[in-house]
Amino acid sequence: MVLELQPQAQSPQREQVINDFALMVATKNGSGSQTSNEVLIRSLFRMGIPVSGKNLFPSNIKGLPTWYTIRASRDGYVARSEVTEIAVTFNELTAAEDIQNLPPGGVCIIPADWKWGQSRTDIVYYEVPVKETVAAANVPQEFRDRIANMVYVGVCAHLFGISIDIVRQALLDTFNGKEKPAMMNFGVAERAALWAQENLTKRDPFLFEPMDKTAGKILITGNEAAALGSIFGGLTVAAWYPITPSTSVIDGVLDYKHLRTDPETGKETVAVVQAEDELAAIGMLIGAGWAGARAMTSTSGPGISLMAEFTGLAYFAEIPCVVWDIARMGPSTGLPTRTSQGDLLFLYVLSHGDTRQVVLLPSSVAECFEFGWRALDLADQLQTPVFVMSDLDLGMNIWLSEPFQYPDQPIQHGKTLDKISLEEFFAEHNEWARYRDYDGDGIPYRTVPGTDHPRAGYFTRGTGHTESATYSERREDWVRNMDRLRRKYDTARTLVPQPVINFDPSKKIGIVSYGSNDPAIIEARDRLAAAGIQTNYLRIRALPLNQEVYDFVTGHEKVYVIENNFDGQMAQILNMEISQSLTHMVSLSLGDTLPMTAQWIVDNIVSQENK
Amino acid sequence: MPNALGLERTDYKGSQSTLCPGCGHDSISNQIISVAYDLGLPMHRVIKLSGIGCSSKTPAYFMGRSHAFNAVHGRMPSIATGATTANRDLMTIAVSGDGDTGSIGLGQYKHLIRRNVPMVYIIENNGVYGLTKGQFSATSDEGQKLKYYGVNELPSLDLCLEAIIGGATFVARSFSGDSKQVQTLLKAALSHSGTAIIDIISPCVTFNNAPDANKSYPYGKEHEQPLHEYEFIPVGYVHPREEITADYSEGDTIQVEMHDGSFIRLKKLDNGHDPRNRRQAIDVLERAQQEQLFLTGLLYYEEPRPILNETLRLVDTPLAMLPDEKLRPSQDALESLMKSFM
Ligand SMILES: Cc1ncc(C[n+]2csc(CCOP(=O)(O)OP(=O)(O)O)c2C)c(N)n1
Ligand code: SF4
Ligand SMILES: [Mg+2]
Repeated sequence: MVLELQPQAQSPQREQVINDFALMVATKNGSGSQTSNEVLIRSLFRMGIPVSGKNLFPSNIKGLPTWYTIRASRDGYVARSEVTEIAVTFNELTAAEDIQNLPPGGVCIIPADWKWGQSRTDIVYYEVPVKETVAAANVPQEFRDRIANMVYVGVCAHLFGISIDIVRQALLDTFNGKEKPAMMNFGVAERAALWAQENLTKRDPFLFEPMDKTAGKILITGNEAAALGSIFGGLTVAAWYPITPSTSVIDGVLDYKHLRTDPETGKETVAVVQAEDELAAIGMLIGAGWAGARAMTSTSGPGISLMAEFTGLAYFAEIPCVVWDIARMGPSTGLPTRTSQGDLLFLYVLSHGDTRQVVLLPSSVAECFEFGWRALDLADQLQTPVFVMSDLDLGMNIWLSEPFQYPDQPIQHGKTLDKISLEEFFAEHNEWARYRDYDGDGIPYRTVPGTDHPRAGYFTRGTGHTESATYSERREDWVRNMDRLRRKYDTARTLVPQPVINFDPSKKIGIVSYGSNDPAIIEARDRLAAAGIQTNYLRIRALPLNQEVYDFVTGHEKVYVIENNFDGQMAQILNMEISQSLTHMVSLSLGDTLPMTAQWIVDNIVSQENK
Repeated sequence: MPNALGLERTDYKGSQSTLCPGCGHDSISNQIISVAYDLGLPMHRVIKLSGIGCSSKTPAYFMGRSHAFNAVHGRMPSIATGATTANRDLMTIAVSGDGDTGSIGLGQYKHLIRRNVPMVYIIENNGVYGLTKGQFSATSDEGQKLKYYGVNELPSLDLCLEAIIGGATFVARSFSGDSKQVQTLLKAALSHSGTAIIDIISPCVTFNNAPDANKSYPYGKEHEQPLHEYEFIPVGYVHPREEITADYSEGDTIQVEMHDGSFIRLKKLDNGHDPRNRRQAIDVLERAQQEQLFLTGLLYYEEPRPILNETLRLVDTPLAMLPDEKLRPSQDALESLMKSFM
């Protein structure tokens, strides 16, 4: 087949770059740039351009540097890009380095008030009078500092082709339709755009042009999606302790629990308790789950550590609850505002003794929503804690998505016997033993407190127990119980979200990954294919692993396991679980505090393949 | 004689106790059984919660038909918070120890009280870690001597004082051998709508004062005698002993002889004490602490403030019993929500 080359639109000086570049805004934390950046994102979204935003912020409330990167991609790639062509350098402390990092041909938008001069000759500078513009816009004194960032919104709008009307609408979107703050901000943005129109000559090739790629789509963070999924999953008790980057999950529950408020009485069906620590938070979930509630918490690595003991109790006493781990970087406090997938191994075997946990691994906001309700179902079905490992990148950044699908199955309560079904159970089996495997799937039948039946009660304990829940130190009882728990874990393999596989038998190279690496892998595979390296792809969506993962890993000549932690934790799990030789498996683990990029994957695979 | 529900007292029993014969904790279990039988408690609505310790084992020994949860050490309060939030119709009877509540669980204890989780919270206080064989607890008296651990030079923590300061609305203290008072207080606590704390002095007969040569407190200065001293008991060996009992009147101070010949002094509060007066309650407790005297009776009571369910403005139906249609918003709700994100 012969491809005909389309004639390209030419600008007078050089080729235009349309809807395929990234813009980075450097400001000080707490300076109000969050609003400005959101307005830019929402503007591009309204223009129909696939867009993504990544907030690189410090662990600080006010003053330290923060960088926000907005990437437009006409091909729909939403991963972080290694290069940003445009820098809005509004932070004096980092501007020198920010300018240094620009590629040749890049653009720097810088406050004229600083009178900095132009140190590089291979980039384009636009100097803008920030203070004057704000002063001229008649903004009340107390808002001036925070609103100054609207200046770059206006200037960018003019330079890169966002109509001022779109900016106005995006501001209204950002302020949830509240006219007053939206218009005050708009006044500054409009004035800045006018100034740019009168004073700047465009000398760069970058342009946004309207497309139709976002119609019917939504913009949302993973944490909000998780909250909504939980609310649609019948969440009734949420207990938590604040920790970045997980806090916005519970904020989301608070924001949307009105969807479940009883319309007649105005009373709540979702209880949200701010606990005294994560230890208490998971204790509350276990008490609630034991008593029949659908209970969830969200936390991050340090909180998971505190939950370790209680997790063992819930595992062994077989009590449902859901724990979201919005993972961040490092042991202890580490880097609390940087992303990581470093909690995977810890979650997998969390607690002392012989424990194995179920861990769901969403890779998109849509999956955060889906796993939000599914995790509550699975916890009830399996009568065990279910973990969902998201991360800072997926959880706190804003993502483009198809609207979420309504759950495709009714709420699953698992094998819970109420008064009537318990009576039927007795009729059929002549007994009911809390921890006996009646169905061969390792999952026993439970009752909840309050069941009005004289034989519904049982004694829940973390100590050794018989099938009828009485105390036992006999080793036969212990081993029988552990065998059943293993059977239950094998059942979990078939119930958890199955891997997503992109497979063509003619391709010899496989990629295995999970979670928020997905966008970078999608992009990398396209680029690798263009370079002649064809790959298959399996995305793990949960632990425990199932047969398909083993088949995929053993069925390729070479398999790259790509993940964003330092130690290659999924590769370790695969090595642990697959008895065959895995010398053909290569662990590519990043763990450098930032979201994965396609460039990093391409570079690594190409260099391996050229060996 | 059957009670109002047509049940006999034996129906309220649990399994055979495995505690040391004569352990104060067993007396308390017996009082709970009596009270539950007297009041005709519906056992399916009762949950029995505990942490870890000899005391925390006891829920297995009463009301065998009720659901029970023997949780992790010191963290029973969070289980109680979750369970009562999930089902507001449950009646919660919790048992803890002085180690369970006063050390590892002190934080959760205070936060439970602060939230006013509706429950009866019994501390079986023996001033010692029983299950781990006789270490100091935070309620051990200052100056108390231990064979292996030396002298306790730290002030003791009064869990009733902590409760009052923490915002509890029902705080009482009793002695496990005083069955009448224990039962009266239990009945009152069960009818209280918030967190009801009962700290019950409950002698540990195994790690109690040892009548060995190391006795360092002169006989005759009984009031200065601490509640316990310890002796080393080989694993599996338990002195067979009788329960210690006490029957005395309001306003009286009595000395109760412990198994090793030592005494504790109990003073029953009389009409002169107004349990609604917070300052007075704190005052008398602090004075009693200085005098190493146990004040028994209802120490503090206040008009119930909102319980956690009310603070959270929960629906009347227990959350755990909500039908599916109350648990999942409609498809329309999701669709219009999605529009707001477009
Ligand atoms: C996390 C944890 N640490 C330590 C223990 C060991 N432990 C079990 S019971 C106990 C002390 C119990 O003392 P108390 O609550 O006073 O109960 P008693 O046995 O005196 O009734 C300890 C330290 C444990 N079970 N869990
Ligand atoms: S060791 Fe003490 S507290 Fe434990 S059962 Fe024996 S007497 Fe009771
Ligand atoms: Mg004790």
